[in-house]
Amino acid sequence: MSKEVLQELSKLLPAGRLLTAAAALSPYQSDALTAFKAKPLAVALPESAGEVIETVRWCAKHQIPFVARGSGTSLSGGSLPIDGGLVIGLNRLNRILKLDPKERVAVVEPGVVNLDVSKAAAPFGLYYAPDPSSQPVSTIGGNLAFNSGGAHCLKYGMTSNHVLGAKVVLPTGEVVELGGESLENTGPDWLGLFVGSEGLMGVALEIKLRLLPKPEKYHTVLAAYDSLEKAGSAVAMVVASGLLPGAMEIMDSLAIEAAEAAVQAGYPQDAKALLIVELEGETLEVEAEARHLSEVIEASRAYKVQIARNEAERAKIWKGRKAAFSAVGRLSPDYIVQDGVVPRSKLGQALSEIEKLSLRYGLRVANVFHAGDGNLHPLILYDGRVPGELERGEELAGEILKLCVALGGSITGEHGVGMEKKRYLPAMFAEADIELMRKIRQSVDPHELSNRGKMFPGGEAEALVRQGLHPLEKRGVISRE
Amino acid sequence: MQHKIPVEKLGPQGETMARAVEQCVHCGFCLPACPTYQVLQEEMDSPRGRIFLMKEVLEGSLKPVDAEPYLDRCLGCLGCVSACPSGVAYGELISSYRMHQEATRRRSPLEKAFRFGIQETLPYPARFRAAALFGSLAKPLGSLLPKKLSAPLELLPSALPAARPLPELYPAEGSRRARVALLAGCAQQVLRPEINWATLRVLAKNGVEVVIPKSQGCCGALSMHTGERARALAFARKNLEAFPSDIDAIITNAAGCGSGIHEYLLLFKGEADFDKAAGFAKQSKDVSVFLSELGLLAPKALHSPVQVAYHDACHLAHAQGVRSEPRSILSSIPGLDLVEISEGDLCCGSAGSYNLEQPEIANTLGRRKAANIVASGARLVATGNIGCITQIEAALKKQSPEFRVLHTLEVLDLAYREILG
Ligand SMILES: Cc1cc2nc3c(=O)[nH]c(=O)nc-3n(C[C@H](O)[C@H](O)[C@H](O)COP(=O)(O)OP(=O)(O)OC[C@H]3O[C@@H](n4cnc5c(N)ncnc54)[C@H](O)[C@@H]3O)c2cc1C
Ligand code: SF4
Ligand code: SF4
Repeated sequence: MSKEVLQELSKLLPAGRLLTAAAALSPYQSDALTAFKAKPLAVALPESAGEVIETVRWCAKHQIPFVARGSGTSLSGGSLPIDGGLVIGLNRLNRILKLDPKERVAVVEPGVVNLDVSKAAAPFGLYYAPDPSSQPVSTIGGNLAFNSGGAHCLKYGMTSNHVLGAKVVLPTGEVVELGGESLENTGPDWLGLFVGSEGLMGVALEIKLRLLPKPEKYHTVLAAYDSLEKAGSAVAMVVASGLLPGAMEIMDSLAIEAAEAAVQAGYPQDAKALLIVELEGETLEVEAEARHLSEVIEASRAYKVQIARNEAERAKIWKGRKAAFSAVGRLSPDYIVQDGVVPRSKLGQALSEIEKLSLRYGLRVANVFHAGDGNLHPLILYDGRVPGELERGEELAGEILKLCVALGGSITGEHGVGMEKKRYLPAMFAEADIELMRKIRQSVDPHELSNRGKMFPGGEAEALVRQGLHPLEKRGVISRE
Repeated sequence: MQHKIPVEKLGPQGETMARAVEQCVHCGFCLPACPTYQVLQEEMDSPRGRIFLMKEVLEGSLKPVDAEPYLDRCLGCLGCVSACPSGVAYGELISSYRMHQEATRRRSPLEKAFRFGIQETLPYPARFRAAALFGSLAKPLGSLLPKKLSAPLELLPSALPAARPLPELYPAEGSRRARVALLAGCAQQVLRPEINWATLRVLAKNGVEVVIPKSQGCCGALSMHTGERARALAFARKNLEAFPSDIDAIITNAAGCGSGIHEYLLLFKGEADFDKAAGFAKQSKDVSVFLSELGLLAPKALHSPVQVAYHDACHLAHAQGVRSEPRSILSSIPGLDLVEISEGDLCCGSAGSYNLEQPEIANTLGRRKAANIVASGARLVATGNIGCITQIEAALKKQSPEFRVLHTLEVLDLAYREILG
């Protein structure tokens, strides 16, 4: 691309919005999956919706692929730059435009951090329910694109259940309003199509969110088990009992060790598995449910049970859980986070299969997961400096995903397909289904400018600068050229 | 994160730097804790962005001079260290990196003169006093000077307090419970001599005898954080000689000095006298920690209640993990109502000589901190670091001139003397 074209963009935007120097671009080369790297042509940091629109129109005019970027916490390469493409960093669009406590809605710019919405709503007794572990960092724009979930989505649903509308600039430069005041609209669900589309359908400029009243009371229980299976079946027992907790989470011994080292949450160190169950709602209701829950937990043969006595103790329990992914960095120089789903009834089976795979591949696997949803997050620990470990880790990750599909689940619960899992898409969808999805995408983005090369198998694989050859490449099954 | 840093070519700190890069998993949990990221909202001015940059420079794929603007803007506040679940030792990385790069770095003549000026005055109380006195007189000329030279003037008080030399020994009141040595700090002696005197009175009242070694000097933190390794080592060694060994603890009452001494472990890595330096570091404690361990003599109830906001100095909270001790000292004063400051983990912009080298970001952070302090409702703020005191006083002067900014020990001293409220 000629210098003049980039000059044109720098003239369209006020000074200080366009990064082109190597040192400024380098920190944008990866998201939270650092095994993938790509150097963009430039990074634009617009400060208003108008500037984003100008930027996207410039991309459309010159056919330059772009990727919208929030806080770059995607674990699947979703916000990995496109080789020679533009990164549109939305972090400076971080204003809460409207907060209406009566209507219980907030209208925010895409770069607003998830937790900041709840902070702003707190004085009105309200909060924003979806709580990915990355909530102190990740943006609403990124949450929307990945339909992010969190521990409490068991009761309240994912991001899609809390987004009422969005103003979007499509990859052609056209600006549209999707959705409306309520969750019950007539006609095609355009907003539903956009939420979870992984940045492939343009850039969200303004997002209207639903706020909920803060639960009157929480009851948080930490139960320790001497095996993963017991914790897994405890989840099934809670569900079978008719209780609907706000959250049910499991961590295994490796994850416990890491989280404890990171934040000293006070987890029992000898436990093989920990189950966190949280009830929430009106005081009377929670108190009644708590009695019921304690019977179930007792029957599940937990060898130690801790109940948070106050907000500080509750926060401590959650802090350990939410820090767990990053904390695994203390146990191993590298790891791959997987994100698969299995039916809840098959949790126990899935876990023991994963354990077998771990032994077979000679790599440690830590498990942290949203047990209530059957959403597994196995973390595969490897050392990139040991030749062959990354490749073995990736193969193991692939085996786990296949296992999830075989058990009737899915290859992603909330982290998205992005770059990392696109080659597994055919394991879940027939060729015709994928083709149809591609057609829908092309009807919105005929030149595939928006986040080109992600989600769909094939495509721009050359955008990838990997640290080594992929095992399938070595076997000559796929190639980058 | 994987890397190809040639560890063996980087000297004694090579392993430390490589280890920090390895441990970073690029999760971004440090972003909300980083003041420069909060102000600039760009990745290269974030902790994980800087880790990327240092990695590439050390690997040889990026020119050091290209990364400089972003690395220079790092305050060294270590907010990222407290926030990082993965245990990345960012402080050790940036300090080692700066020491490693400074040797070959090219600087403009003005920059050199400016840095030389800082290095040759701040660590020496007598010289600093002379310079500050001159600066105070020159304050009215500030608007005529280039920004780089006028910024330091804004931080100076319009009149310096009279110099009050410290004795060599300050005896305990009543029966002696402990014997300690005090590191008097450099800038602190000139800008607010009262802090050391308050410390001596409080320690004495609690039965502690204090030795103040005459031949002590700067702890070396300022030099170390700006990459001047040889100078930092020389300062540190002078103190290793100056301090007696027949004491229960070495007391620091400026957070910056305290954390500087704890960093001797990094500074002396590979040096013959490492063990001696490590022993020195192990013996040193912030005065609030020492008093909490010793058990504090309870002050009398205040005549009228006073609200006090406590400001966490980065080099106490993030660098030394000291958060609860100063708070419990303040709360032990009956009638004192301790309040928290929102965004309390975010640096005030002082950070050693940072407010002299990067005045714009420092001012933005100072204003933000001042607004949060005012919003706390208190009219008195306590903290454990002279740098923060100067910075916050300057920032508050514009918003709320009636505010008082005191060292935690000054507050306690006033309470003992029954003149706090
Ligand atoms: C430690 C850790 C824990 C995590 N825990 C969870 C969890 O519990 N649940 C969960 O669901 N995820 C989790 N994640 C993954 C990640 O945080 C989420 O996917 C998050 O939504 C990404 O937000 P972001 O702002 O970082 O977006 P980015 O990573 O910057 O971008 C993600 C995707 O969104 C697109 N995008 C960003 N902004 C816009 C916009 N304005 N318009 C259109 N597209 C846009 C990007 O193109 C990209 O495809 C975790 C990640 C980490 C590192
Ligand atoms: S929080 Fe720690 S591991 Fe995560 S990006 Fe920041 S420095 Fe790296
Ligand atoms: S030390 Fe402070 S300024 Fe520097 S990267 Fe860490 S948080 Fe940011």
